[in-house]
Amino acid sequence: MAPTQVVNVTLPSLPAGWTAEKDFKSVGTLSAAVQRNVEPVGPHFLAHARRKRHNRTFSEDERIQAQQNVKKTEDEEDDEISEDEDPMMLAREAKDWKSQDHYAVLGLSRYRWRATPEQIKRAHRKKVLRHHPDKKAAAGQRDENDSFFKCIQIANELLLDNTRRRQFDSVDEAADVEPPTKKQTQKNYYKAWSPVFEAEGRFSIKQPVPQFGNDDSTQEEVETFYNFWYNFDSWRTFEYLDEDVPDDGESRDQKRHTEKKNANARRKRKNEDVARLRELVDEVLAGDERIKKFRQQARAGKDAKRKAKEEEAQRLKDEKERKKAEEEQAKKDAEEAAKAEREKNKKAKEAAKNAAKKNKRVLKGSVKDVNYFADGEASAAQVDSVLADVELIMGKIDVDELAALAEKLNIAGKDGAAVKAAYTAEAKRLVDAGKIKDTEVKVFA
Amino acid sequence: MGDANGVAAEVERFAIGISFGNTSSSIARISPEGKAEVIANEEGDRQIPSILSYIEGEEYHGTQAKAQLIRNSSNTVAYFRDFLGKEFKSIDPTQCHASAHPVQSGSTVAFTIRDTASETPNTVTVSEITTRHLRRLKQSATDFLGKEVNAAVITVPTDFTDAQREALTAAAKDAGIEVLQLIAEPVAAVMAYDARPEATVSDKLVVVADLGGTRSDVAVVASRGGMYTVLATAHDVELGGASLDQIVIDHFAKEFVKKHKVDPRENARGLAKLKLEGEGTRKALSLSANAQLSIESLADGIDYGSTVNRTRFELLSGKVFAQFTDLIQQVVKKAGLDVLDIDEVIFSGGASHTPKIAQLAQNIFPETTTVLAPSTCTTAINPSELSARGAAVQASLVQEFDHEDVEQSIHPMVTVTPHLSKAIGVEFTSATDVNFQPLLAAETALPARRIAQYSVPKEGGDVLVRVCEGAREIKVTKPEPKPKEEKDAEDSDEDFSDEEEEDIREIVWKTESPVAELAVKGVKAGGKVEVMVHVNPDLGLQIAVREVGGQTAVRGAINGSA
Repeated sequence: MAPTQVVNVTLPSLPAGWTAEKDFKSVGTLSAAVQRNVEPVGPHFLAHARRKRHNRTFSEDERIQAQQNVKKTEDEEDDEISEDEDPMMLAREAKDWKSQDHYAVLGLSRYRWRATPEQIKRAHRKKVLRHHPDKKAAAGQRDENDSFFKCIQIANELLLDNTRRRQFDSVDEAADVEPPTKKQTQKNYYKAWSPVFEAEGRFSIKQPVPQFGNDDSTQEEVETFYNFWYNFDSWRTFEYLDEDVPDDGESRDQKRHTEKKNANARRKRKNEDVARLRELVDEVLAGDERIKKFRQQARAGKDAKRKAKEEEAQRLKDEKERKKAEEEQAKKDAEEAAKAEREKNKKAKEAAKNAAKKNKRVLKGSVKDVNYFADGEASAAQVDSVLADVELIMGKIDVDELAALAEKLNIAGKDGAAVKAAYTAEAKRLVDAGKIKDTEVKVFA
Repeated sequence: MGDANGVAAEVERFAIGISFGNTSSSIARISPEGKAEVIANEEGDRQIPSILSYIEGEEYHGTQAKAQLIRNSSNTVAYFRDFLGKEFKSIDPTQCHASAHPVQSGSTVAFTIRDTASETPNTVTVSEITTRHLRRLKQSATDFLGKEVNAAVITVPTDFTDAQREALTAAAKDAGIEVLQLIAEPVAAVMAYDARPEATVSDKLVVVADLGGTRSDVAVVASRGGMYTVLATAHDVELGGASLDQIVIDHFAKEFVKKHKVDPRENARGLAKLKLEGEGTRKALSLSANAQLSIESLADGIDYGSTVNRTRFELLSGKVFAQFTDLIQQVVKKAGLDVLDIDEVIFSGGASHTPKIAQLAQNIFPETTTVLAPSTCTTAINPSELSARGAAVQASLVQEFDHEDVEQSIHPMVTVTPHLSKAIGVEFTSATDVNFQPLLAAETALPARRIAQYSVPKEGGDVLVRVCEGAREIKVTKPEPKPKEEKDAEDSDEDFSDEEEEDIREIVWKTESPVAELAVKGVKAGGKVEVMVHVNPDLGLQIAVREVGGQTAVRGAINGSA
């Protein structure tokens, strides 16, 4: 917070007679405050916002912030590289650098190939601070043995050079993880094998390396894993194990011979390594329960598919048969219905015929009842002409009209005028309809 | 955890500060050494003109687009920042006279430009233009830093409305920039100065004069223990670098008319050329005493070249300079303050490079006031970079925060705080007079805490600490008339001596009302007394007084009124 201001003014002396309880006297209050908007920017505002939101006072906030800062530095200390140094290692000679464990020299044996360049730098610095020859001299150790310091320098140089570090990592047996025993794999197959693949994965050019996974891994994940390992692209080289090539220039043949031998040895080791890895993956694949599970699933899936197919065929067949039966039934029904209909029509027709006959009889009877409209005995001609007209009308009108006319005539009964009127009306209607010509009608015109 | 948080967590946030101006924009970041630095774009510009231009569907940005104002003005969009989030009827399109004209499009403003290879012009809204502009800025920053920039703190003028803020945030989002916070330009300028490693936290009143390309904004900011409160603002949307350019343009145009009887200002292309070159000449005059202007085929195919010197320019610009200083005086008055109260004047914005403006400002304020401009203060930061730097500082502070955290922190619940209306200090009564030394200045945001050490009388003993409220008064004393009858004869000195006869004005602190009295007993000779005053938001006080190095402290509390 606000730093202490140092003001160069002198406080007044306490006037005589000034007394107060606990030397404090309140004599007034502050004037009302003004509400204003603070601009939400700057580190001090953030501190203000933090205090306000968490309801902290100045001193509380300072304490919490201080604690947080302390924690941060502790975390950093935590991952500092500190390992005990083996006295055997300290006694090493720098010229045997090929056989030295460079990570152990720098105190990074926990990290090995995982160590970042940053970690290597820090570890180197730490070691140098401890083992620098000047330090030893200052501590009063008279012996001029700085061989371990040289080891440190060699290790640092090698590990910070990417190519050389890879060469060393390639043959760093301390980083290898032995395949688990049968007993171990029985407990948890995946947990037992995972570290092996993790260690082998360090040689992969392709990164990241897929995880071995666990029982719940999907088929796709498992397939990706095995595909990766069967197509493993490794940067592992065995140059580090090369025999020293004589560099004196005298024995050129010797030099060439050694070079050739080295190249052959490298190739052989590389092939052996590839074969080893392949065998390893074969073994793991053979023992992998998940593969069996997936096969079973696939088989079960196939069976299910086949079954479904058969069922589908059966269903289609049934359907077809059912349809056929239905169609036949429908046909039969239709035929019967048609037959019934025909019978019915026949009956109706006959009834209509009978009715028409009856009506015709009524028509003829009606003219006969009124004595052919003649007063007294009707002449033959009269009877003839009337009947001719009645026949004409009967021949031209249909069944319904006939029924209507018969009805009218029944009402008219023996009233000659009414009968004639009925006939005349009918004749006129037929003439109007154009069914008969007015010349044809004689009596009822 | 919402989805937004999940996404934010996946993609690492990488924030920069953006100063988005009407005339030009800047981008800044915090360098690995912890210093704010402004990033240059591909063309090497640190002030990138906020201009976009289109030819045959190709987009030009910054200086390249600015050059298009001469030949391709109808497809060049400039001065669009202030149109963002506004309705067509409320915008002032004067500035766009020589570029694409704003048109109404629904409820917002748009430009009709040919931004594709086809002949038919498109209507592009101002939001879309802003998005394209910000996308180019983002791209420049990403190219420079080699890391995808996806968040920013952007500065806006103090009079930016909520609608404008929302529109800007949305436009930035479309450009792939998460707006962490929008901060006020004057505050960003103050922060750019306060973020310097050598800066100390102190209580001060700062006038920030942001003299931009087309508009000027002046604000009075109270900086209290690193917290900033804007006390008053004043804006002049017609005053800016362009007003000064106009003077240069008119000057050269008149010279040209005298020689060739043609007015280059009557020709649109001639005027555009004059504007472009005139601006360059005016900027050059801020750095050197002479500046050249040469334009090929200014009017009627006549090439033109001439020089102008700074004195000439300053003479011609007297009126405009007066407008700047008036604006500054006006805002001090608006804040209810006197020029004597101002501790610092920060000049920001492109036009602040003009030496005369800062010199005139220095004359207004007393000698105790620091005027931070390149011409008056050697340690001043480049005024054009202040906003962007401040934004970058803020960006680095809030970059790690969740969006929600920032939202909560800038909520009025947190930002609206009671401020002291009167200064609180300690009264010193000596045999002769009563003196008052402020400890907490007026306009300090509460809660606040201040600690101060005072010396005691030489012989030690018991001392009294009287905590009071004080008020500042301005004492005006007439200088004693100097005996200079003999000098009166010399006419040349008369003006000078008249100026000297000004009243002497100084600040005098008066005790208004005592608040508490504390006694420290038995202080050693030559010892010191430390006073700590803590004021709660409810105006309650906790006071502790102890002798430096002493064990026991005298404490007291006064309950708040509210």
